[in-house]
Amino acid sequence: MEFLKDLWLFMKERKKWWLTPIIIALLLIAVLIIAANTGLAPFIYTLF
Amino acid sequence: MTILGISCYYHDAAAALIIDGRIVAAAQEERFTRIKHDAAFPIHAIRYCLQEGGISINNVDYVAFYDKPFLKFERLLETYYAYSPKGWLSFMRSMPVWIKEKLFLKDNVRKGLKEADENCNGRQLLLFPEHHLSHAASAFYPSPYTDAAILTIDGVGEWCTTSIAKGSGNNIEVLKELHFPHSVGLLYSAFTYFLGFKVNSGEYKLMGLAPYGNPQDVQVSAYKQLILDKLCTVYDDGSIFLHQQYFTYATGMRMVSDAGWEKLFGFKRRGEDEAIAQHHCNLALAIQQVTEDIVLKLARTAKQLTGSNTLCMAGGVALNCVANGKLQAAGIFDNIYIQPAAGDAGGAIGAALAAYHIHQDQPRSNAGTDAMHGAYLGPSYSDKDIIRTINKYGAVATHIEDSALLTTTVAKDIAIGKVVGWFQGRMEFGPRALGNRSILADARNPDMQKRLNIKIKQREGFRPFAPIMLQEEAVRLFNVKQPSPYMLFVHLVNETYRKALPDGYHNLSLMDKLYVQRSVLPAITHIDYSARIQTVSANDNPLMHQLLTDFKCIADYGVLINTSFNVRGEPIVCTPDDAFTCFMTTDMDVLVMGNFILYKEEQADVVVYKQSFAKD
Repeated sequence: MEFLKDLWLFMKERKKWWLTPIIIALLLIAVLIIAANTGLAPFIYTLF
Repeated sequence: MTILGISCYYHDAAAALIIDGRIVAAAQEERFTRIKHDAAFPIHAIRYCLQEGGISINNVDYVAFYDKPFLKFERLLETYYAYSPKGWLSFMRSMPVWIKEKLFLKDNVRKGLKEADENCNGRQLLLFPEHHLSHAASAFYPSPYTDAAILTIDGVGEWCTTSIAKGSGNNIEVLKELHFPHSVGLLYSAFTYFLGFKVNSGEYKLMGLAPYGNPQDVQVSAYKQLILDKLCTVYDDGSIFLHQQYFTYATGMRMVSDAGWEKLFGFKRRGEDEAIAQHHCNLALAIQQVTEDIVLKLARTAKQLTGSNTLCMAGGVALNCVANGKLQAAGIFDNIYIQPAAGDAGGAIGAALAAYHIHQDQPRSNAGTDAMHGAYLGPSYSDKDIIRTINKYGAVATHIEDSALLTTTVAKDIAIGKVVGWFQGRMEFGPRALGNRSILADARNPDMQKRLNIKIKQREGFRPFAPIMLQEEAVRLFNVKQPSPYMLFVHLVNETYRKALPDGYHNLSLMDKLYVQRSVLPAITHIDYSARIQTVSANDNPLMHQLLTDFKCIADYGVLINTSFNVRGEPIVCTPDDAFTCFMTTDMDVLVMGNFILYKEEQADVVVYKQSFAKD
């Protein structure tokens, strides 16, 4: 949560909103990478 | 108030501890892990800093990291976007590291602190000053000056590659910045790469190679013109524009387009082990001259913007001692102070000092004094530690209780041609050995440069050696009146002490040039009569001062060769064990650790396994 808060504050400060979709996409990939190393792995593959 | 500064993840990880504004300890991680330029989170350096301060991590109020990771990530994304679809390979390689690690820096720092001290309660507040602010703070706050222009030049931080700021009291105001991809540091690194040296570590080799270029050769001026016409536009204020069609560092895994540069300069990129030819030296000289012009222009702009008589400098380019010497000779500023750990390692000190003086608005207390304490900020080892090493290897050592007798003995040994490993007191912080982890030898000996390079340091024969000298000798031999305790300025040997060059000197091969005696101190006089000098006063380093004084009584010159105590690719020695191993696996004759003296010929029965280090 602290990370998301920091990221929001950063985006607000820099006002480069066009970067938001790229960052969200990368974060989703990050979530998938992290989740792939957990017990959620079997469920992730069904998403594709 | 206690602040821990950290720099890591790119190159030269380091930690520094500041207590109530005083620099208590600072060290690079490489010295403990024995991995040159180690970029890993500096767990060992943090442990050492806490131990030196006599505190636990829970006594630390703030942890300051030396750059802003989100801002750096923004630069990466914008750069990849701007160049897309070029750079996808680099994007695919760098993004996993960012989204798994570097973006979550706060978590990583907390995990690292816990690893450094398992009792860490995680309550330390984390701060992230900008990269160039950290550099600026590392130069200004430890300096003796309360008002100064500050110039920081490096490869790149977040966006900034060069900054001009004004320092007043405890405040730093940034006045002007140059942004990526236009960078003096990256321009110099591009030539480092093209001339066959490693980027981020071989830049000083390029600087050492430049004097072998022939300044009278039209090839040098032609190369210089090509650089200025095709690669880099230099403006009057010192800002530059790099023409990106010739560079690939923004998106690629290399610095430049090899084909483009080969076409431009008319020769192939030099391979790492390929022999150095005259055109390589001439190109090195051309880029060195361009860099010096840029630095001088930036300094003039800094003077104009701030009106100050003092300049403080940091950033990797501030380690270009030849440019620094030219800057001093130009007389733009009355005083110049350069952070001895001007590269990223020094960012650890700068981040902590910025947190203390800017974030916490604390006043400075070091007016008129240099708070870097001669850069002797690393660990020291007691007689017990040294005896443990001696016993471990079954070495033969003599203890000389009287320090005056020790320095006289060592001075005599050096004067008869012996090479001495000198291990004393606290280890230096930054890239230079400044007399506590040094290899010392006689600068009058014409064969010494070759012997030290090949037999002891195991490095390229063309590399110059720097002298360490008494302050008064700097006046006599180099006409330099300002102290130079950090070996950051190059000066010319006084004409009185020079020897005339033979006819056809510039047509000689590189190695033949090397063996021409150019002064009464041939081993430290570089090919262009220059030397990167270090001066020592009794205040800075009393034992070294005594050794130089004793040597002067014997040899008429209070000057010695001072090179770092390591071999090629090895970090400078840290512990007595490191020192002894290095001593035994090279052709060094004598090792002095504290008041113990060891002679190689007495160690016949000692077995030490040679360590191997990757070439730098």
